[in-house]
Amino acid sequence: MYKLLLSWRYLRTRYIALASIISVTLGVATLIIVNAVMAGFSIEMHKRLNDMMSDIMFQATGLNGFPDPEAHIAEIKRVLGDDLEGATATVTVPAMLSFQFRGQWVPTHVTLIGIDEETYASVSDFRKFLLNEQNRKKLNFNLHESGYDSRLGQAGWPYRRIQESAQQTYDEERQRIENIQRQKEREQQTGPAETGPAELGASDIPVDNVAAGIPLDSGVGGPTDPSMADPSLSNPTGETATVMFDGTKDQFTGLIAGYTVASMRRRNKDGEVLDSYLFRPGDNVKLTFPTAGDSPTAANVYFTVTDLYESGMSEYDSTLVFVPLSELQRARGMVHDGVEYATAIQIKLRDGANLEECCERLRERFPADRFAYRIQTWKEMQGPLLAAVKMETTILNILLFLIIAVAGFGILATFFMIVVEKTKDIGVLKSLGAPSSGVMSIFLTYGLALGAVGSGVGMVLGLLFVAYINPIANALEVVTGQEVFDPTIYYFDTIPAIVNPVTVVWVVLGTMFIAVLASVLPALRAARLHPVEALRYE
Amino acid sequence: MNSSTSVRQASTESGIQKPHVSFPKEANQPTSQKPVKSEVVLQACGVTKNYFKNKIKIPVLRGIDLEVRSGEQLAIIGQSGSGKSTLLHLLGTLDNPGEGEIFFEGNRIDNLPNSARDVLRNKYFGLIFQFYHLLPELTTLENVVMPLMISDGIFKYWWQKKANIDRAKELLELVGLGHRWNHRPSELSGGEMQRAAIARSLITNPKLLLADEPTGNLDGKTGQEILEILRSLNEEQNLTIVMVTHDESIAADADRTIRLKDGLVEAA
Repeated sequence: MYKLLLSWRYLRTRYIALASIISVTLGVATLIIVNAVMAGFSIEMHKRLNDMMSDIMFQATGLNGFPDPEAHIAEIKRVLGDDLEGATATVTVPAMLSFQFRGQWVPTHVTLIGIDEETYASVSDFRKFLLNEQNRKKLNFNLHESGYDSRLGQAGWPYRRIQESAQQTYDEERQRIENIQRQKEREQQTGPAETGPAELGASDIPVDNVAAGIPLDSGVGGPTDPSMADPSLSNPTGETATVMFDGTKDQFTGLIAGYTVASMRRRNKDGEVLDSYLFRPGDNVKLTFPTAGDSPTAANVYFTVTDLYESGMSEYDSTLVFVPLSELQRARGMVHDGVEYATAIQIKLRDGANLEECCERLRERFPADRFAYRIQTWKEMQGPLLAAVKMETTILNILLFLIIAVAGFGILATFFMIVVEKTKDIGVLKSLGAPSSGVMSIFLTYGLALGAVGSGVGMVLGLLFVAYINPIANALEVVTGQEVFDPTIYYFDTIPAIVNPVTVVWVVLGTMFIAVLASVLPALRAARLHPVEALRYE
Repeated sequence: MNSSTSVRQASTESGIQKPHVSFPKEANQPTSQKPVKSEVVLQACGVTKNYFKNKIKIPVLRGIDLEVRSGEQLAIIGQSGSGKSTLLHLLGTLDNPGEGEIFFEGNRIDNLPNSARDVLRNKYFGLIFQFYHLLPELTTLENVVMPLMISDGIFKYWWQKKANIDRAKELLELVGLGHRWNHRPSELSGGEMQRAAIARSLITNPKLLLADEPTGNLDGKTGQEILEILRSLNEEQNLTIVMVTHDESIAADADRTIRLKDGLVEAA
């Protein structure tokens, strides 16, 4: 009883000891904040990773793929049974996407994925990241009249009609000038000049050069020059389509590009975050990718951008480009005698299914020594990223606990001083018959109480900070003029923070343990004091 | 001679183990003045105590024999440095003697384990010091109840809390401090603090009160008041009191006086 009473009185009257636990308080608050933010990042990232990707990826090791994905899906269905929710065949190839910007073809490296618009929705939440609301309901690769995100400004058919008609007008005008020039040349020279027409009408490249040479205020023009549409494999009818193709009414095969592929995020002078678009839904782009076979050649195919997606994962948004599976298979020559080829099957498991165990079952069915398949869970595919986040969290935790341990030494020093100050009282207690263990537990209880107060206040501070983390970040921005959370880097609008109660409990318990540990030595000293010497102490 | 046999008889009758040493000196000592108060409460036999400073032995007590009888007020007088405080600490089991033995009600106590000595100090001895030694964080009442808090577990204490507090208030009333039970020691005068200390030493109904210069830090009038309290306790409640002092006038008031000089009992 006297132990509790005395440690309570010491707690209330020794403000210097309270000051010594401020570092504990701050340490606990920081630990809670860091853990919440890291957990927020990690969970948010997991969610986005898994939303974009299916649960299990069943990949062919080569680019040529494997035949008859339908049969494979049937077999997978047999192996996984009820755990399977959906499966779809895809073709994934590295590709170069070129778009016209300021009259020049600009190439970027992308990963091209051919998806089946009917079944792809069953394995991935890809749709919800699309910027067209109609596509979010039901995915297709047709350009829409409306429904695009307002951020994009003009997009879709209205945009395309303006662009294409400007291009057509421009092309007609150029044709007219050429004709006039030709006529003039004919009039001036009696002999037929072969250089003129050959130079201007021969192939794509000179036309591009001409286009690039003339400053065009109308900006990005779609490549609707009939001669440019010529090599398009997406129009199997070839020459007739070239004649029939009208950019204002027709589109090439649809393509869905990542938001970062299509845009650049930067700040203007006032520090506002702006996206400028390299191409929009409605523009035409050119894809260059290897064909299937033992000696691949480059295939050039035109596509019309019909939508963009924004998953928030910069890795995906800046590399992945989606096109219809059948179109890609045909363009790469992956259909032989009516048998389709695919490079991967994406598998979605039902909720609650054991991811690793299902993956293992598939690996048993398709052992690596007999089949050229790579079967991975999405966590394995994103292993390095997830491991990096995990390691960061661990290291931060260790560092912050070291800070609390340092604070523990502060408690130790303060406690020694308090024991020295209380020497006489300890002598009195002993002369009144208090056992050494009792004296010791006074100071241990005191240490525990200090730890409890410190970590309790720290916990409240930390939780409040987490609850108001975004207003606080904004306030800090205003005060310091420094951007705390840069949305151009993270692709999160706000700082994600998730408090894990178990972590909080562990942090608080660990801190209290450190506080008690720090008070052990002073308490032992107090317990060992000789009553007579303690009473004589001045 | 008569008295010593009666002592032995009394202790045998009460079933307490007799000290197994013979007391040849005891018979010679002038301790048989008051045959009425015969029972020996506390007894010291050949107690020595040395301090060491830089490995040089400094003898403080060089073989003290004394006995304290039930109900008497004994004064131990001596100059400062004569070892009287050390003797009181030894009697109160706060320290261990170098040689010799100490008996309480016939049982040897100087070789008891610490836990038993803690209980002894807590339940059977009341201690009063020159500098009062109240705990500054606690109120007067809490200081008085302290020995009970130490002896009782938390549940037992809560169970008897009201009785304990009533008892403490009663004692404070007895020493004339009833109205100031809620004050901190820093708000009390020296005399009031010593009254509180006396109340604290009485709360466990001790058999013996050990007072180390209880008036040493007080002016004459206040000291006299304290001595009156002690005297009335001795007379009304028949409380045995051992008081250490350097003041002859205080010692003269006691039933019996023992003089210490150079670590030895001076023959009266």
